Amino acid sequence: MDVINLVIDNKPVVVKKGTTILEAAKGIGIHIPTLCYMKLDDLNIENKPGGCRICVVEVDGRRNLAPACCTDVSEGMNVNTHSIRAINARRTVMELILSDHPADCLICAKSGNCDLQNMAHNLGIRKIHYQGEQSHYREDTSPAIIREVDKCIMCRRCEMMCNEVQTVGVLSAINRGFNSVVAPAFEMNLDHSVCTYCGQCVAVCPTGALTEVDETGKVVRALSDSAKTVIVQTAPAVRAALGEEFGYEAGTLVTGKLVAALRRLGFDYVFDTDFAADLTIMEEGTEMLNRLGRHLAGDKEVKLPILTSCCPAWVKFFEHHFPDMKEIPSTARSPQQMFGSIAKTYFADKLGIKREDLVVVSIMPCVAKKYECGRDEFKVNNNPDVDFALTTRELAALIKISNINFRTLPNEEYDNPLGESTGAAVIFGTTGGVIEAAVRTAYELHTKKELPRLNFDELRGMEGIRKATIDFDGTPINIGIAHGLGNARKLLEEIQAGKSEFHAIEIMSCPGGCIGGGGQPYHHGNAEILKKRQRAIYQEDTKKSIRKSHENPYIIQLYKEFLGKPMSEKAHHLLHTAYFDRTE
Amino acid sequence: MPKIKLSENTVQTIKSVCAEFDNKESELINVLHKVQGKLGYLPAEVQEVIAKGLNTSVARVYGVVTFYSYFTMIPRGEFPISICMGTACYVRGAEQVLGEFKRQLKVEVGESTPDGKFSLNCLRCVGACGLAPVVTIGEKVFGRVAPTQVKEIIAEYRQGCASENAKSA
Repeated sequence: MDVINLVIDNKPVVVKKGTTILEAAKGIGIHIPTLCYMKLDDLNIENKPGGCRICVVEVDGRRNLAPACCTDVSEGMNVNTHSIRAINARRTVMELILSDHPADCLICAKSGNCDLQNMAHNLGIRKIHYQGEQSHYREDTSPAIIREVDKCIMCRRCEMMCNEVQTVGVLSAINRGFNSVVAPAFEMNLDHSVCTYCGQCVAVCPTGALTEVDETGKVVRALSDSAKTVIVQTAPAVRAALGEEFGYEAGTLVTGKLVAALRRLGFDYVFDTDFAADLTIMEEGTEMLNRLGRHLAGDKEVKLPILTSCCPAWVKFFEHHFPDMKEIPSTARSPQQMFGSIAKTYFADKLGIKREDLVVVSIMPCVAKKYECGRDEFKVNNNPDVDFALTTRELAALIKISNINFRTLPNEEYDNPLGESTGAAVIFGTTGGVIEAAVRTAYELHTKKELPRLNFDELRGMEGIRKATIDFDGTPINIGIAHGLGNARKLLEEIQAGKSEFHAIEIMSCPGGCIGGGGQPYHHGNAEILKKRQRAIYQEDTKKSIRKSHENPYIIQLYKEFLGKPMSEKAHHLLHTAYFDRTE
Repeated sequence: MPKIKLSENTVQTIKSVCAEFDNKESELINVLHKVQGKLGYLPAEVQEVIAKGLNTSVARVYGVVTFYSYFTMIPRGEFPISICMGTACYVRGAEQVLGEFKRQLKVEVGESTPDGKFSLNCLRCVGACGLAPVVTIGEKVFGRVAPTQVKEIIAEYRQGCASENAKSA
């Protein structure tokens, strides 16, 4: 192995050839400031356009300063990361960036979470010596994401996410010089583009240029309306991340406090999307077994593999990019929408109120869920099954506004009947979780035998595409998992080419699955946070007394009282959907 | 933006240019160059066909089209007029020449006359600084152009097409 010897800030260091100065410094505990640079370890996600020049360092014998993020080390290099020249250059660069940035930090949605603001603070910027014209661009509001381009610093992280990682291809740098902005083709608005609202651009934006549509005000208004019954559902991944907003270590489960906080906020019933995730498994698992059964019986008409359909960004992605395959994904609605549908029929009936008087709010790790609940097929007489979808971040803001001391809250339990869930449901929050939950139920329904084990380690992990064969009592079932839409695209192209060996594939749009969703507390480029959330999710699963969806007593009761059996006519009407060709 | 329906012929032309460059995304600039050479400009619909042909996103194609001033999304006139704004031409009165073209044609820089005959653009140096100020119309170079000559030059081209029309009739 080729190694390189160099000195950084008077400390000798030995690293592999091809290492950047930034990484070599990191290895010995020297933190060189970066702004446009971002790397998510283990997820193969890296942005290093070398554009912002904040990370410049002085290298002996080199005329100009070197950008540490994209300069490889060389033998005998002597690097000074905090020479007066490097510090001055860094501060000048920051002042120049700030000279074309709106100074409305006090009222910016990103304030306190802004990488630019933090960097300006860390560099001790107290005055901007450069004054001149500022660039202006129109604001773009879509059902889920707001683009406030004036706050863009052209770091290109969103562009990298949208193109390289997600292969959605909506955002690109356009025009040149002072007029350059990141925008969709022909400068159309996001809602006219093929944007999936996955929100990964929002998740990585260092400033307030990309944020979610804030609906906390609407929820507060609904809560204060005495004529309305307001209920809430919480997605699996929220409990593993919300704590970060209140100073807890990443990966701390705050399920009980989450329930308590929602109750303090005034929700009449606090329910769990996990309940609907169990319901999803009943429907999707049954559909999977039906298709598999027909396939194994030799039916050539049946379409395989079956693809999961819980993720709204993924649904919109294949509607735009693979409309010829819209018959392949499961017809099962997402847990959010199953919950809304059941809440506004079964539960509204139980309460004896009209659907119009019931407001369903969901707390989601996702910005695409805002778009999903607005889709026409999820409305009855123009009344949506789910009224508002808030992100984990919006919920945290709501808790802070409401003077609730989150850390001192007691642990409380979800309400019933829509609050009981199994370990299978909670793992929906991570990549690999939906298919593992489906396997637990499908195996037992298919073989009529009890599973010898519940943890399927072969389905777990952070690799972008994973494959495993599960033995269904003599029948090998090939399972594929993809997270990140670029990985999903690879599996879809295999299917299109007739080369796919899979019987079932799980797809989640966001790297890591919902734990890495676009609506989660910002990870600021630290992939370790995602891994800790994932561990928390599996930990919650093992703590549950029931870990298989078909054993959830309230699910059994729901079928007995209301739905009949999985895939019944009523279940079809309330829990399944169809997909649309969005190419025109 | 009004949608243009591309003819099957045009689509085939674009596709064959893409194929000529092995449908490689890295050849985007060459493809754009060649397609603009054939069609005169690169409207949105053309960029969509190119994006598909090179298996890249329309946003990326649009990004490149808007980055290089050579590429245009506005149809160029039959006689594309360019006024050199290089240093030599500028100091010798190119701005006044440009102003006169704008007045005579009633168009701004980057626009075309409604009849599609003339389009007006600026460029930087054609390497004929000795002839400053320089105006090019199509492939033809006019040197030492004075604002007073502008009307005459335009009339020459107008008549040219009138006499050609007369010939073909």
